[in-house]
Order: sequence, then C-alpha cells, then structure tokens
Amino acid sequence: MLRVSDLSKSYGGTRALGPVSFEVERGSVVGFLGPNGAGKTTLLRILSCDLRPTAGEISLNGVDALRDPHAVRTQVGFLPETPPVYSEMTVGDYLTFVARIRGIPADRISRRVEEVEERIHIKDRHDSLVRHLSYGYRQRVGLAQAVIHEPELVILDEPTHDLDPVQIREIRSLVRELGDDHTVVVSSHILPEISQTCDRILVLDKGRVVADGSEQALSDRLLGAQQIVVTVRSGGTEGGGEDDSGAVLGCLLAVEGVQNARKEAEAVEGRSFLVEADRDVRADVCRALVEAQFGVLRLDRVQRQLETVFMEILRRGALEDQAQGEPDGADPTVEQAGRGEETADAHR
Amino acid sequence: MRIVKAIFRRELGLYLTSATGYGVAATMLLLDGLLFYARALGPAAGERLSAEVLARFFYTTSGLVTIAAVALSIRLVAEERQSGTLVLLTTAPVRDWQIVAGKFLSAFVFLCGITLLSFYMPLLVLVNGRISWAQVGVGYLGLFLLGGAVLSIGLFASALTRSQLVAAVVASAVTGTMFLFWQLSQVLPPPFHGVFAGLAIHSRHFQDFQWGILHLRDVVYYLALTYFFLLLSTKVMEARRWV
Repeated sequence: MLRVSDLSKSYGGTRALGPVSFEVERGSVVGFLGPNGAGKTTLLRILSCDLRPTAGEISLNGVDALRDPHAVRTQVGFLPETPPVYSEMTVGDYLTFVARIRGIPADRISRRVEEVEERIHIKDRHDSLVRHLSYGYRQRVGLAQAVIHEPELVILDEPTHDLDPVQIREIRSLVRELGDDHTVVVSSHILPEISQTCDRILVLDKGRVVADGSEQALSDRLLGAQQIVVTVRSGGTEGGGEDDSGAVLGCLLAVEGVQNARKEAEAVEGRSFLVEADRDVRADVCRALVEAQFGVLRLDRVQRQLETVFMEILRRGALEDQAQGEPDGADPTVEQAGRGEETADAHR
Repeated sequence: MRIVKAIFRRELGLYLTSATGYGVAATMLLLDGLLFYARALGPAAGERLSAEVLARFFYTTSGLVTIAAVALSIRLVAEERQSGTLVLLTTAPVRDWQIVAGKFLSAFVFLCGITLLSFYMPLLVLVNGRISWAQVGVGYLGLFLLGGAVLSIGLFASALTRSQLVAAVVASAVTGTMFLFWQLSQVLPPPFHGVFAGLAIHSRHFQDFQWGILHLRDVVYYLALTYFFLLLSTKVMEARRWV
C-alpha cells in the first residue's frame, strides 16, 4: 500500500533522513521508534506530503506522492506532535471547516462530523471552544480531524506527547481502534507506546531504519539467546525433602541447546530457574525435568522488553560508528546506556 | 472555489471575533476622524472647495489604510506557522494558491468593510457643500486598490516567517520603500525618473483617485502589484515545503 524507496532529506549539507526504504501493508499499525533527532518527524512530514524529500520515491496505492502530492493528500490524515486546532473555534465548527477543506460533500458534512465525534468520544464537546478544552481533548480533536475524511493512511506523530497517564491510555486505545479501519503509522520515542499499539516496529537512528520487525522478532534477532523461567516444586524430587537445586541445574544444563542456567528465586512453593538457550527449548526442558522426577509447576518464556531491544540497537549503532572512525556519530551516553541495560538484563 | 471560500470564511470570522480586527478598525477610524477634522473639515483647515476637502480626506485615509493593511496582513500566515496550525492546510488537498487566495480575500473584505465605515465623513461635507458621488466612488475604489496591494505585500512578508514582528518589519520596509520611490524619482535623471515614479505605490497612481479621476493605468498598476505579491506569496509557500 505504502512504498518508500531510498528516501532522503538533507538541509544544506546535513542529512536529516535516509536513505530509507520500507513498505507498509494495508491495515497494519506500524510504529517508528527512535530517539529524539532520529528523523521520525521529518519522515512523517514527508509521508504526509507536507515536506518535499531531497531524493527517493514514495507511492501510496500506486500514486506517486512526489508527482501528484495533491492526490495523495486526499488519502492521508496527519496528526502532528502539536494538534493543529484553532483555539477560537468550537469543536463542531472546526471539524466542519476541516471537512470542507478535505472535500467532503456539503450534504454529508454534518453527518460525518457527528460520526467522527462519536468515534473519538468528543460528542459532548461539540459546542465547546477549543481553547477551553484540556490538552487531552485537544489531542482527540486533532485525531478527529485526521480521520474525518476516512483516509487510507493515518499518520500520527507522537500522539501521546505531553499527556497524563490516563490520557495516554485513552489515546492508545483510540489508536488501536483506528487500526481496525485504517493503515496507521505512529512515531514515538516512548517505548511502551510503540510496543502496546503497533504490530510492526521500524527503529530509526540517525536518519536510518536500523531494525524492522515485530517486538518479538527484533528481540530474538538482536538479543540472541531466548530466556525461559522454570519453577520447580520445593523439597527436591518427588517424595524427597532435601534441597537439590544443584541437581535441577545439572538437569537443565544437560538439555541440548541450553547455554546457561541459574537459580533465580526461592519461595515456599517452588524455586525458579532462569534458562538461556539458543532456541526455544521449553518442551525439552519440561521433558527432562519430568523424567528426572522434578515437579514442574510453571514454565514461561521471558518476553524481552522493547526497551532492551531498543537500547541494544542504539548501542550497536554507536559501536559501528566508532569502528568506522566516526566519533561524531557515536554518542557515548547511548553506548553507556546500552551497556547498562545489557548488564541489568543479564542480572534480571 | 469551495476551499477558498472555506478558508475565507474562517479567516473573516477570526477578524470579526478577535481583538486584532476590532483594534485595527477602532484605531483607524479614530485617527481618520481626528485627521479629517484637523486637515479637512475643522476651522484650522480654512475654507475649501468640497472637492478639495474630499481629496484631503482620501489622502489621509490612504495613509491609514496602508497602515491598517500591514497590521491586518502580517498575521495571516506567520501566526499559523507559529502556532503549528498551518500544517492542517498544507497536508490537506489544498493548493498553496488557494490558501493565499482565501486569506487575502478575507483580509481584503475586512479592510474594505472598515474603510467603508469612514463613509460618514464624506457625508459630513454635504452639510456645508456639495459632493460628487463619482469622486467619492473613485476615491474609495483607489483606497480599496491601494489597500489590496499593501495587503498582498503584508501577506508575502507573513509567508516568509513565523514571527509577526519580522513580518511587520519586512512589510513596512517594502511598502515604505515603494512610497519613497516617488521622492527618489524626483532626484533621478531620465529614464530612472520615469521608472521609479511609475513604480511608486502612492503619489502618481493614487493622486488621481482622490480627485475622482479614474485612469485604467492606475487600476492596472495596483492589480498587477497585488497579483505579483500574491504570486510571490504562493511561491514562498511552495518553497517552504522544501525546508
């Protein structure tokens, strides 16, 4: 549906973005994740035909966005970081104005305004002046203007920027709902926002896409070893009474594919062991423990936090820059943070 | 045309509900009234023919219309760029010329409206004299054309920047320079004398309007000037999509 090829943007001699290439399938919710200054806003402004790229190609449903941006704009809804709302207008008047400039037929405008107000849950604010609304409601009005013309592609730049926790949950929920009817592209530097709303993540760093995939796929690829936590009944083998953690660890390490195992916690009911392996060894571990007559209470695959993946990506980028002799490109704070996260993860 | 109308209505509504619109209107009418009394109607003005009184009225009003046009136009794009709402228009299926046209027309209609509120002053001349309605009509036409030209300069300045202050400085500088072309032309030899006199925004082109004389060349001049700066504004809007 959306195809981007070798897209780049430079300001003077400074390259702010690219070259980046990716495709977005219809109906997906894609998140652009990256630190501040990674090029997310530049990319989204180009995708929404607000900014012209220096080079590259974009097409939406086969329409070339550079040759015919006007046609592409009819299929795109955009919510920038600051909602583009007119404070002196009422919500109803504002949405009516947006509907007019979006080309919605005059006889459908009031119906469409009503529908979008219901969908975004702002119907009770129809007659309120925008300047009297809280920031969260303004953000909702911004969302409403982005979807009032029923676009194919909805682009949201940091949609939870400056919101309180309750408002963040509400906006996340709305973004997920939008994914039912639209293709949604979201950017954020806030990791949970992306991990909780998107089914595909593109990580941007220094203007380039450095990783692309689901959270789990990125985790598996970038962090290598998979982790499982096994909880075994306390009191040794079935019927025994002594602590035999050493025997459990020996049993775990004997399983093919297991790289490391250690005791994590001791509770009244059971003991937990963390197992690291180069593949999914849950079935083998379970079989080995049962055959050795250890009472298996639980077996969970550890979901690596997106934050860990993100920091690993940035750390690798910084190391690559250093290796290529680009001291300016390597941010020592990023590297430190990445290592710190890795250490914390290793001790989890 | 529907999009231009939507932008026009929103902008005009903003003038009619904002302190800026009423502030500019009130200041212009107050100063216009005072100057009319001091320079044309009051005892200090002496005895004059009605046509001369009207000419003086249009002369002083033209200066105030120029200032009001700058004040009304500098916010048109800069304010939206500053507040981040311009992106609503630039990401919608709206051509840059439609944005420029809608905004210009709203400011122009509002400026014409507040200029027409000064109509009571020519009527006051009727108390002690007779007026030529043709002079009144042509005089107001000249004010509208001059106001439109200055509005287009202000809109161009507003499109250049996100700061209304910078826009005001640029618009005042361009307009002031074009006023001074007349004085410059007086000290330049031919052919520069004719070129600068012809480019001057006020003296040569406006003075016939104030006397009720309508020349096609003056109308064409103001329309061409307005079109030129509206075109420049559109080009600036297009160019801003690269940065």
